[in-house]
Amino acid sequence: MTYLPQIAFLAILAVAGFMLFGRIRQIRKNILLGRPLDRSDRKSERWKTMLLVAFGQQKMFKRFIPAFFHFFIYAGFLIINLEVLEFVLDGLLGTHRLFAPFIGSFYGVAINFFEFLALAVLVACVVFLIRRNILRVARFAKPEMKGWPALDGNLILVIESILMLAILTMNATDQLLQTQLPEAYHQTGTLYISSVLIPLFDGLSTGTMVVVERFAWWFHIVGILAFAIYVTYSKHLHIFMAFPNTWYSNLNVKGKFENMETVTNEVKMMLGIQSDQAAPPAEVGRFGAKDIMDLSWKNLMDAYACTECGRCTSECPANITGKKLSPRKIMMDTRDRMEEYGSFLAKGGEPGADGKSLLGDHISKEEINACTTCNACTEACPVNIDPLNIIVQMRQYVAMEESGSPASWNTMFSNIENNFAPWKFSPSDRFNWANELKQEPSKD
Amino acid sequence: MEYKIATMAEMAAKGESPEVLFWVGCAGSFDDRYKRVTTAFVKILNHAGIKFAVLGQEEACTGDPAKRAGNEFLFQMQAMANIQVLNGYEIKKIVTACPHCFNTLKNEYPSLGGDYEVIHHSTYLQQLINEGRVKVAGGAFKGKKITYHDSCYLGRANQVYEAPREVISALDADLVEMKRCRTTGLCCGAGGAQMFKDAEKGNKEINIERTEEALSTGAEVIAAACPFCMTMLSDGVKNKEKESQVRVLDLAELILASKPDLSNS
Repeated sequence: MTYLPQIAFLAILAVAGFMLFGRIRQIRKNILLGRPLDRSDRKSERWKTMLLVAFGQQKMFKRFIPAFFHFFIYAGFLIINLEVLEFVLDGLLGTHRLFAPFIGSFYGVAINFFEFLALAVLVACVVFLIRRNILRVARFAKPEMKGWPALDGNLILVIESILMLAILTMNATDQLLQTQLPEAYHQTGTLYISSVLIPLFDGLSTGTMVVVERFAWWFHIVGILAFAIYVTYSKHLHIFMAFPNTWYSNLNVKGKFENMETVTNEVKMMLGIQSDQAAPPAEVGRFGAKDIMDLSWKNLMDAYACTECGRCTSECPANITGKKLSPRKIMMDTRDRMEEYGSFLAKGGEPGADGKSLLGDHISKEEINACTTCNACTEACPVNIDPLNIIVQMRQYVAMEESGSPASWNTMFSNIENNFAPWKFSPSDRFNWANELKQEPSKD
Repeated sequence: MEYKIATMAEMAAKGESPEVLFWVGCAGSFDDRYKRVTTAFVKILNHAGIKFAVLGQEEACTGDPAKRAGNEFLFQMQAMANIQVLNGYEIKKIVTACPHCFNTLKNEYPSLGGDYEVIHHSTYLQQLINEGRVKVAGGAFKGKKITYHDSCYLGRANQVYEAPREVISALDADLVEMKRCRTTGLCCGAGGAQMFKDAEKGNKEINIERTEEALSTGAEVIAAACPFCMTMLSDGVKNKEKESQVRVLDLAELILASKPDLSNS
């Protein structure tokens, strides 16, 4: 027996593991570029949110058709991974269908179930390809989806389809080999779905069949490893990030915007109110966010959890009425900027010196100014991403660091400052409404 | 009966404290259209015998539009000044007819030292109806089609979806829903300080998009519970030249109009 396939497999596994590890480290580093934010409270509520929203797909099912097909792929991903474990062990130990002798006839049942899932994944991928490319569902055809994002979406579906076909091909040829070389191949019983493919391979010589079976096996496992690495560069990363991202969800009511403590300290000093903190406030960096390091790590994690489904954008009142703002684009830009800045740092760049920023180079004021803060986007997101929080932090930067808000907002600010109302009315007229009413005779 | 509108200063001078403070808000104080909502609500409070007070000239903008537009300094200056007034009067409970004031007072003042029980007037009215302090059934809106427009800062922001609807149902009206309602309700276009500037370039105004949806229900009243929504939808109805057939009314106005014996105007 030759150990060559095992050595080759081990080498491939090691290289894939090394690359995957490098990417995970880079992504973690990028997320930690964000400012600190405490999301470690209310743990039981966090587990519950993760179980319902990520594991239970709760918010996906607000739109039934995509949720239904997505569930096939999701379930397939979770469960077919059990089979991948067998693949990896077979590859390392030079065995074939390692688990089969241990679980007896249940093995055939399990493989049949996996085949059913593989078919379901295949059907779902085809449906999704049709939705993207033939039906052209509007949210997949927005300007931010041009180029790589559209290709990425299609590639994922095509790769997944091919991987599923590889499993079925392997099982089809394996079944033929079970009859031709019963001593070398474990008897699985009929595998119903892959049996459909048997006529394609029936005429082949046993030798060719062995090659086809092995090729499908290698293709599937190497394909999965390569796909795992691809995923870290792709929107598809949501398959992992959805879980931590929902765990770290904002659990406050959506209307509550976070209080800026740095501002509180300054305002208290201005108003002459004694601050609770005896120590002088820590050095204030920047008010609001111009770039990714001004955002919180959770904003950045959000960007890696986004799979660009566009449900946010399709419910955004600004986007619906043709404005440039798209909440999905805010998340995509944040991720692009993170990758851009992260690789700048990785190449030894001086922090903060790459001459680019999220606001300005990726996101425009026109976009952030169009937001009505209505929370339709955060409500729609199946993995609890919060684009609104990023938008507001950018508005804070523009208003407080640049005094660059739209002119009408600056007028509104000065009205509040001088007249204590956003409109230019005299504060002494504030109670006039009561005079008219007091004089009005009542019928009772 | 003469309508009583006590200020906190007057009450405090007499050593009294109110059952609830009515936070009128800037729109409720200055905007001609929303002043009618303020007076409608005050009439209902009077008829229900609620001992309430207002701040009068001591009230100031909560700072909501400043915060949403990114001016956290201005927001906190406003908030702290208001909190000093509210805490000075030892206010416990606040009711307001503005979802933006409601959200800010309820959710954002606590971090700055202002802790109050804050209720939106839709919830408050529903409670008064449930307690029998306001009787509305069988009024002028019996069987009439009314659609309710969810304010973002009541609905998604604070999960107040049912109270306004229960008020409408209590009128024996036929509540018809728009396709986008409750969690998927479409914004009127004025939130997030959009009220105070022109919209960015697009192909449609948000309030027109929403008004078209409201009109398509065939309702003769579009019920609102927010001064900004009120403005945006009223403008939308005018733009569609439907103002003679379709009225945009606040919940307090609906209650008042449903009972001719309550209303004087």
